[in-house]
Amino acid sequence: MDTKNVIFSGVGGQGILLASDVLADVALRANWDVKKSEVHGMSQRGGSVISQVRFGEKIYSPLIARHQADVIVAFEKLESLRYLDYLKPDGLVILNDYEIVPESIQYEKIPYPHDARSICLQKTHRVIVENFTKMAVQLGNVKVLNITMLGTLSNALPIPEEIWLESIKARVPARFLELNLKAFQQGKTIHPEEAVEV
Amino acid sequence: MKMILSGNEAVARGFYEAGGKFASAYPGTPSTEVLENIAKYEGVIAQWAPNEKVAVEVAVGASLGGARALAAMKHVGLNVAADPLFSLSYMGVNGGMVILTADDPGMHSSQNEQDNRWYARAAKIPLLEPSDSQEARDLTIQAFEISESFDTPVLLRTTTRISHSKSVVTVGERLDVPLKPYRKELLKNVLLPSTGRLRHPFVENRLKKLRAFSTVSGLNWVDWGDRSLGIVTSGVAYQYAREVFPHASYLKLSLTYPLPEKLIRDFAERVGKLVVIEELDDFLELHIRALGVTVTGKEKIPAIGELNPDVVSRALLNREGASAELQGEPLPARPPVLCPGCSHRGVFWALKKLRATVTGDIGCYTLAALPPLESMDSCLNMGASVGMAEGMVKVNPEKFQKRVVGIIGDSTFIHSGITPLIDMVYNKGITTVIILDNRITAMTGHQENPASGVTLRGEPTHRLDLQKLCEAVGIPRVRKIDPYSLKEMTEVIREEMRTEEPSVLIAEAPCVLHERSQLGPVYYVDQEKCVACDLCYKIGCPAITPGPDGKKPVIDPLLCIGCDQCAQVCQLGAILPQENGK
Repeated sequence: MDTKNVIFSGVGGQGILLASDVLADVALRANWDVKKSEVHGMSQRGGSVISQVRFGEKIYSPLIARHQADVIVAFEKLESLRYLDYLKPDGLVILNDYEIVPESIQYEKIPYPHDARSICLQKTHRVIVENFTKMAVQLGNVKVLNITMLGTLSNALPIPEEIWLESIKARVPARFLELNLKAFQQGKTIHPEEAVEV
Repeated sequence: MKMILSGNEAVARGFYEAGGKFASAYPGTPSTEVLENIAKYEGVIAQWAPNEKVAVEVAVGASLGGARALAAMKHVGLNVAADPLFSLSYMGVNGGMVILTADDPGMHSSQNEQDNRWYARAAKIPLLEPSDSQEARDLTIQAFEISESFDTPVLLRTTTRISHSKSVVTVGERLDVPLKPYRKELLKNVLLPSTGRLRHPFVENRLKKLRAFSTVSGLNWVDWGDRSLGIVTSGVAYQYAREVFPHASYLKLSLTYPLPEKLIRDFAERVGKLVVIEELDDFLELHIRALGVTVTGKEKIPAIGELNPDVVSRALLNREGASAELQGEPLPARPPVLCPGCSHRGVFWALKKLRATVTGDIGCYTLAALPPLESMDSCLNMGASVGMAEGMVKVNPEKFQKRVVGIIGDSTFIHSGITPLIDMVYNKGITTVIILDNRITAMTGHQENPASGVTLRGEPTHRLDLQKLCEAVGIPRVRKIDPYSLKEMTEVIREEMRTEEPSVLIAEAPCVLHERSQLGPVYYVDQEKCVACDLCYKIGCPAITPGPDGKKPVIDPLLCIGCDQCAQVCQLGAILPQENGK
């Protein structure tokens, strides 16, 4: 297998770091070498968050180079575009159809890109658009947003489902386990093959 | 056993396995999680210090008492601890002593981009640089061995991408390291001019031995590939180099001071072109050039900012890299912001209204320097707000005495704000200082501090009384203010700015993010009363955004915690609490 590179992007507080922790753990359980990189600190205060996971035979750099990401898992529309340049030409974007408008548009006068999907489509023909936030809320808790997105991501990566389930079981508190497993299965109903073709 | 650990978790693991007994730190990104993770292990003492200097000093005491000890800090923290560091080099250790410095290339969460490898050279102590989490664990263990074998403190240097990246680590068991016996040793442990003179030759001699060790230790090694290109590198830069030049020959350095001179010369002789790939300063390059070896380095590799595979390939292969963001329309920035309901917001709103000149400090509240609050004039280093306010007023009292306000958080005040306050009283300075007391070290992720009344392990302890402390140093006017009562607070600040005496105002309110507070009912904007005057936008609350018409604001009920500050700012009474609450 060639090295797989996955970018998780979104806004502080959306559960991005847990999502990338699960993927890194899943990759280790599948016996791959794995590295993950993110930055803590001021990003917790509602700023942009990016986390990168790489796995394969042997991983050196914890950072993904431009045009090398296989998948961008974007928890928010604007944040799907910030790292689009890192995507491979035929890479996959899993786009949460959800907006968190940053305060900066008040004084910078740069418009919010409501049509993020079209901009993604200029870069790749594989874009999955789905309101995962709504899906999570309907399941009973917005906090499982990250696990629903992982469910969809799991369809795009060559790792057996039982390893994902093992990892989720190991990482989620027992009382939330059932909800998280449901969230994973719900996300898993969405397939990359259903990505928009242009 | 294999685990995925961050660099910080791996250093904690290494400390534990090395039989470490005592660790201290002041929180600072990207170093904070080292001590937090050490505290999770049994059989170790882990405690927050009020600042990095104290962290090192208490750890030196632990070493003197016979234990393996560690002090952790971010790069600028070592500036604060530089005083004990340089003399500790002379004193040496009893139990092994390691100082971890986590540098922040790219300044993800720092005010400068200094390269702390120079400290090792300046203090004449060994320097270790891991390039992933496995090495972070391994080198921490080896650091203690080197410390005890050579009677020296060891500087362990990580960077943000080592500290916060995770990778696979094979871990081992904890060593049982008994306390070393304590001996009273005047000539080693009491640094006076007479004893210091005797210790300096020891330091120089130790450096010679370490230089020889650097070549034979196995910590610096060669991996032969294509010999037309030889790369000398260390830290995370090694990983980037491997991505870009998978077939080159490598001299991979982990013990980067003192450098393995023989190894470097031998390597240089056997390769065609020699390149040094290092992040930030030309630390390795300068030393290698001093050996008379020709290298390519900083004339190609940037000394500014982080490296990554793209930067390395652009620098050395002249490959045109893509721009940082997608070509085309610029994207709105999403910088970190003060949280919805943050108590700091109102204080800065008041200072803006009073047209104050504000000397600021380090913490979440530094974000108030940015739009829309824009009410901070300076931010230099931990504790500087107080002294800078005093100095400005001293040189031009007509202009500044009734205008300058120093502003500082509780943790930063305890770290370095007390001595300048003493200076102000002693030297008859007149200015107003506001302490933003949220009882926690918030920005680094809510670490306890002496004003919290809780230790790192969550045990209750004496809670430092900031009011009494300010009164004790001689501030005649110390008052508490409620940062959520905008009008009253503004009046008190106005009054104190005008008085002819130094004053301290303590704005006391817990961090809303830490406490997950819901302060009151959720608010909404009455769209009929609202005239889109924009006043509420100017307090910079992330819960307030333009509504469907793009002008009149709406409040996100999921973000609003009912702090009421926007309602107090609105002149038309158009911002109201939802009656059914939340």
